[in-house]
Amino acid sequence: MCGIVGLFIKDKSLESELGSLLTDMLVTMTDRGPDSAGIAVYGNNTDQHVKLTIQSDNPSEDFANLDAELSETLNTSVLIRHKDTHAVLEIPADKAIKARQILNNIRPNVCVMSAGASIEIYKEVGLPKDVANRFEISGMSGSHGIGHTRMATESAVTTMGAHPFSTGADQCLVHNGSLSNHNSLRRKLVREGIHVETLNDTEVGAAYLTWKMKQGSSLGEALKSSLEDLDGFFTFVVGTKDGFGVVRDPIACKPAVMAETDQYVAFGSEYRALVNLPKIGNARVWEPEPATVYFWNH
Amino acid sequence: MQTFDLETHSLRELNATLHEQKDNTNQTSWEVINARGSHAIAVGLDAPIEVTIKGSTGYYCGGMNKQATINVHGSAGPGVAENMMSGTVIIEGDASQYAGATGHGGLLVIKGNASSRCGISMKGIDIVVHGNIGHMSAFMAQSGNLVVCGDAGDALGDSLYEARLFVRGSVKSLGADCIEKEMRPEHIEVLRDLLTRSGSDAKPEEFKRYGSARQLYNFNVDNAAAY
Repeated sequence: MCGIVGLFIKDKSLESELGSLLTDMLVTMTDRGPDSAGIAVYGNNTDQHVKLTIQSDNPSEDFANLDAELSETLNTSVLIRHKDTHAVLEIPADKAIKARQILNNIRPNVCVMSAGASIEIYKEVGLPKDVANRFEISGMSGSHGIGHTRMATESAVTTMGAHPFSTGADQCLVHNGSLSNHNSLRRKLVREGIHVETLNDTEVGAAYLTWKMKQGSSLGEALKSSLEDLDGFFTFVVGTKDGFGVVRDPIACKPAVMAETDQYVAFGSEYRALVNLPKIGNARVWEPEPATVYFWNH
Repeated sequence: MQTFDLETHSLRELNATLHEQKDNTNQTSWEVINARGSHAIAVGLDAPIEVTIKGSTGYYCGGMNKQATINVHGSAGPGVAENMMSGTVIIEGDASQYAGATGHGGLLVIKGNASSRCGISMKGIDIVVHGNIGHMSAFMAQSGNLVVCGDAGDALGDSLYEARLFVRGSVKSLGADCIEKEMRPEHIEVLRDLLTRSGSDAKPEEFKRYGSARQLYNFNVDNAAAY
C-alpha cells in the first residue's frame, strides 16, 4: 500500500511550520504503511556548504569525533549535528567529494542518505510517529518536504529500503506502487555509471530520474519520460532543491489527492492526510490525472 | 434530525447506530459531522433513512447501501457506493476512482467529476455524473445506466455487456467491443427520468448512446477455431 505526503510552501511565513504540518500528515498515513517511514526536508539553503545526511546503526561509535577527524583530514571546518541514528555534516562545497571518499574509508558502515545544499533525509524502520519523534521532524522549518510511510512489497523492511530515496544532489523520490522492470533498468543504469545502493524498485526510479537529469532533462522532462520507460504501478512525488513534482502511471490505481491555496501545494495519498492543513476548506482540491506531470518551482 | 460527531464518537459507533434503524424508525434524518476523509462512513445501511455527511469522505462511503439516501456535502474517496443495492447516494463534489463499482441497483449522483473506472462491473445501478469521468469507466459493465453530462476518458465501456452508456460531451476513446448506438425514443425516456431525478438540467437529446457490439461476450461460431 504505502502512504505519501508532500508539502510545498509558497508563503514564506509558513516555512517555520513545515516540519509540524508534515509530521501530522505523515502520522495520519500510518495505516497505509506502518513498516517504516522517512521524510525529506528542504531548508536552510547554503550555497557554500554541502549537507551530508548520514546514518549508522551504531551512531555513538561511528559519529564520535567524526567532525574533528574530517576537519583534520580535509584541513577545513566540518560541522556535525546529531539526530538519533542520523547526523548532518556540513562541509565546504569544494571539499564535498573528497569528504565522501574519506568518510567511506574511515567509517565504512556509515550510509549517506542524502547530499546537497538544501536536502536532509531521515528514515528508519518503525511506526511513522516514532520515526518523526526520533528525528524531531516537527521542529524543522523549510521550503518543501516529502514524507513516506512504507508497507513493503518489493524488498526487505530495512532502513535503507525505506523512502525517500536520493540518488543525486538535492534530489529525492517517494513511491507508492511497484515497478516490474526494475532489475533490467538497474543493470542499464549501473552500466551508465549511476550508483544504485539497494535491491529496491523505488531506488531504481530515483536513479532513473537522476540519470535523465544528468543528460540534461529538467525534472518535468525526466518525469515525462519515466512514463515511457518505467513499467509498473506508481504514484511518484519528487523533490529537487527548489521544486516539487508529482506523476502517476497511466493506469493510476494508486490513490492521490492534491490541494492548493495561496500558501501551499499539498499532496496526500488520501484526503485524510490534508484535513489539518491551514484553510483546507478553501483549497482547490483535485485528483491528479493519470500520465500527467505536475510540477511547482520556487 | 440526529447529529453524529465523528470527532467524539467512533466510526463503528456511527455505523452500528445506523444499522440499528429499522424500516419503521422514527429517526429518519441523520447528520454526520467532522467526516474529515474517514473511510467506510454509512456502509451497509438498510433502512429508509436520510444521512447527510458534512465534509469529504474517504474510501467506500455508502457501500452496499439499501434503501437509504446518503448525501455527501464534499468529495468522496475511492469506491463510493460500491456494490449499492438500492437507495440513493449523492455526492455534491467529485468522486475518486471506481465510484459505483459492481452496484446492483439504486441511483448514484456525482455532481462534480468522477475519476477512473466509474461504474466498473456495474450490475444494475444507475449512475449520473454531472461532470466528466476518467478512463476505463464502465469496464465489463453488465446492466444499468451510466449517464455522463460532461466528457468521458479513454477506453469507455471496454468489454461491455448490457449496460447503457449515455455521454453528452466527447469520448476520448471507446474500449473493446463498445460502439455508438442509435438513440431511440425509449432511451430518451430513460435518460429524461434519470436526469430529472439527479437534478441535472441537461437535455436528453444532447446525449449519444453507447453500448456493447456483442462481439466479445457472445459465442460466435465463425470464431470457433480461435476458442
